[in-house]
Amino acid sequence: MASTLVTSRREIPSEFRRRLGFALALVVALFALTFARLWHLQVSAGEEYRSLSEHNRIRLKRVRATRGTILDRNHNIVVDNRPSFDLVLVPEDAHDVPATIASLSRLLGPEVGDLSAIVAAARNRPPFEDVVLVRDLDWERIVKIETHQFELPGVSVQVGPRRTYPFGQMAAHLLGYVGEVNQQEREARRGYHLGDLIGKAGAERYWENYLRGVDGGQQVEVDSVGRKLRVLSEVDETPGNSLVLTIDRDLQQVAEQAMEGHDGSVVALDPRTGEILAMVSRPSFDPNVFARGIRLAEWKALVDDKKRPLNSKSVQGTYPPGSTYKVVMAAAALEEGVITPFTSIFCGGGLYFGNRTFRCWRASGHGSVNVHEALVRSCDVFFYQIGQRLGVDTIAEYSHRFGLGAPTGITLEHESGGIIPSSAWKRQRFGEPWYPGETLSIAIGQGYVTTTPLQMASVMATIANGGVVYRPKFVKRVEGTDGTTLLEEEPEAVRDVGFKKSTLLQIREAMSDTVNSKRGTGSNAKLPGIEVGGKTGTAQASRAGGDKTSQRGWAREKRDHAWFIAFAPVDNPEIAIAVLAEHSGQHGGTAAAPIARKVLAHFFGVPEEDPAALKRVAGFVPEHDQPGAAIRLSALREPLDPAVHDHTHD
Amino acid sequence: MRQFDRRLAYHFDWSLLVLTLAILGWGLATIFSATEARAHTGFFNNPLVVRQALYAAAGFVGMIVVILIDYRRLERYAYVVYAAVVLLVLAVPVIGTVGGGARRWISLGPVSIQPSEMVKVAVVIAFARYFHRAQSTGDVRFVDAIPAFLLLALPGAFVLAQPDLGTVGVITIVAFSVLFCAGLRIRVFLVLGAIAAAAVPLLWGHLKTYQQQRVLTFLSPEMDPLGAGYHVIQSKIAIGSGQFWGKGFLHGTQNKLNFIPEQHTDFIFSVFAEEWGYVGAVVLIGLYAALVVRGLMVAYRAKDRFGALLAFGVVSIVFWQVVINVGMTSGILPVVGITLPFFSYGGSSLTTMMIAVGLMINVNMRRFLF
Repeated sequence: MASTLVTSRREIPSEFRRRLGFALALVVALFALTFARLWHLQVSAGEEYRSLSEHNRIRLKRVRATRGTILDRNHNIVVDNRPSFDLVLVPEDAHDVPATIASLSRLLGPEVGDLSAIVAAARNRPPFEDVVLVRDLDWERIVKIETHQFELPGVSVQVGPRRTYPFGQMAAHLLGYVGEVNQQEREARRGYHLGDLIGKAGAERYWENYLRGVDGGQQVEVDSVGRKLRVLSEVDETPGNSLVLTIDRDLQQVAEQAMEGHDGSVVALDPRTGEILAMVSRPSFDPNVFARGIRLAEWKALVDDKKRPLNSKSVQGTYPPGSTYKVVMAAAALEEGVITPFTSIFCGGGLYFGNRTFRCWRASGHGSVNVHEALVRSCDVFFYQIGQRLGVDTIAEYSHRFGLGAPTGITLEHESGGIIPSSAWKRQRFGEPWYPGETLSIAIGQGYVTTTPLQMASVMATIANGGVVYRPKFVKRVEGTDGTTLLEEEPEAVRDVGFKKSTLLQIREAMSDTVNSKRGTGSNAKLPGIEVGGKTGTAQASRAGGDKTSQRGWAREKRDHAWFIAFAPVDNPEIAIAVLAEHSGQHGGTAAAPIARKVLAHFFGVPEEDPAALKRVAGFVPEHDQPGAAIRLSALREPLDPAVHDHTHD
Repeated sequence: MRQFDRRLAYHFDWSLLVLTLAILGWGLATIFSATEARAHTGFFNNPLVVRQALYAAAGFVGMIVVILIDYRRLERYAYVVYAAVVLLVLAVPVIGTVGGGARRWISLGPVSIQPSEMVKVAVVIAFARYFHRAQSTGDVRFVDAIPAFLLLALPGAFVLAQPDLGTVGVITIVAFSVLFCAGLRIRVFLVLGAIAAAAVPLLWGHLKTYQQQRVLTFLSPEMDPLGAGYHVIQSKIAIGSGQFWGKGFLHGTQNKLNFIPEQHTDFIFSVFAEEWGYVGAVVLIGLYAALVVRGLMVAYRAKDRFGALLAFGVVSIVFWQVVINVGMTSGILPVVGITLPFFSYGGSSLTTMMIAVGLMINVNMRRFLF
């Protein structure tokens, strides 16, 4: 064994030993340097360091970054920051913390709450870090603190940025809100300190990383009661980037005002890009309450409110689409070839199917109608019939092509996909086969079908733009503080529905006549000089039948939802809109269409006049009621029923 | 069975062992002082002290095992040892656990091991083996050294990815120390240095400002006055305030107020120097110096290339870590995660260092056997 080891033995070159000598010299030199360094720190400068250590004089003061602003598409500010004067305490500097707290409470009054609880809650923070006692002090209190400064060691007033939403409830569900970072968020993300603000919902939450900015700070030397003597070293804060939205602030405000007195939603899209121009959800909340620090009672009130003001009805609310769904049905029927534009179906006020009668809303019936007339007058029987011809699974397939039954992919939390039933869906959900009678309910947007207002706005946009489904977006770009573009959001086409050009054209024409012809159900959305196309819908929220003409006495949650979807101008659409008046108990044409009219009037800058008043103007004939306008299928129109046009029924 | 050679016991280097145990004991006392303000347990119940003592016992066993195996046998299996350690490092991204923002540990029940610590010794063993057999040893050209660079680059790249910049720095500086000792031409050092000096500004110019900022804070966190820079100031205050005689054992104040980060691991020297003053620091560093000089003597007197390079390599690990750690806590070197050998709390570091001393003792006592 030993001999094999010896064979591998190698002589040591002489160079090796020479170099060891160099190495020894380096070792001696570096250790000598270390001793010199320690001599400098501990002996030459020792006195100074001793005094720094005795008073813990060197502190780190964080300077919170200013959050990026949020702007509308025209660079108008919608979310901003303003200075806030906060009362802070460094407990280590207050020689007697309870005494300091007591005199603070005496100075500021009882409204500031229990300050000692705040100090107790901050027990585990790093030493000498500020504890914020009161945010946003008023001038009177600031003056009180400043004049009593010397009785309050460790207490100071610091100015920092405070999030502010100058338009209050406007677009609150889309903008979201900020709040103090919680334990989970601090563990999941790096660089957040106790008391930092973080986006909790909406754009504030989704775009947090861009809006947040980078905190700065100062190494400061302080005196024995914690007052800053000099700044040793400093890093400037980097403000967050600005978010430019696709929202038009003025249009948003008009839409908010138009919804006054209603619950529900308004969603307006640019059909050419999928950009959201306005999105309203009512009832709403004031995000400023969160920026200030929401009180428990306020939070409970918001959460317990039956109308759920914190939820966005536009993206989280699901409602039966009612008759607005008929545009999807018409497209499916024309594409599948179960009808042609000339196919007429007789409506006698109802359809006997199975062992019951499915009624048309118009008990006297619509007579013989083609698809154009059926949409304009919203004939239920026509759609019962084509629903039967299509079958539930074909209806589902076409609905999916429009993007129904699945979230649109908007970057907002908790988006609902709604429900598009199919036979497979029903088997899975209820373990039951699909009954043909259920297809009839589906055909008029009732039964299991539910959609969100955003989805219906998207359906409207798809019909308006010739068949492209866009992913709805509300952010146009992210801009740096110097105005440079950091990120540009491009329109994102999800799919093309792949319909014949004529199919969508026919639906658009029918929707135009729905608004502009005397028999149409949507005449309340008529605008002077702009050709608007639309479809009304009245969705039953409960199974209760009875007289539909008045639901005033009904419990709110049983009343019908009023829908209106619209686009304009018909020939070259620039806007698509969906309006939902939740549990209004009124018809789509009565409750929802006027809201859409107000928004569209502002969008096009035309006077928003009552169409009833227009009609009274002598000799006024709405442009689109004139014969021969394009290929209006006018030859097929039935003679006008004078009783219908005031009866904006569904 | 081979008869135990009495000469082995005769040539056992007690001074290396005594120096190691002295530093280790003082380290235990300092770990106690650094954590007692929060633990309040007393010396023998202090969890960190107890764990460190157990690590020391494990390290001691490892040391004995290393001493008993003839290092020339290690020469034969050098690449096997190297490969095993490299495999452990490769396993870290797969089965490793994350701590402090980096994936460095492999968890083994109650303890976790940090393979990057072992890489230091493994690279030294592989280098010693390579230059032991290389014809060129004593006059190494650049091409002769290429295999050695590869031996360094393989584990180095993976440790860098963890990321553990400090350990990569130590491995690299130790590898170059061994290359220097093995006789790599001075010209090569000069050319490599010149290339590095030329390449860095060139690459630098291509980076955007924010990228440069990121690299700077990564390479040298003390440039961030809000992060490590603040810790360095507090560490300097701690060391400086110890003055000549120190504040006395268990009487450090900086440490108690939680100002010093990692006060029982990377920054333990500031706790020590605050309490023991300049006098204590000089004595402690003197002990390290004695250990290093003694290790250089072992390398000088070794009878073969492998033994000489092995002893030189392990002693350079100890030396560079002491210099870098004291330099970083006293604010003249960038803050990188480098432990103070035998002193900082940490099982992988301690056992690796004790095995390194075992290798020195091994080489020393077998120099008369052939």
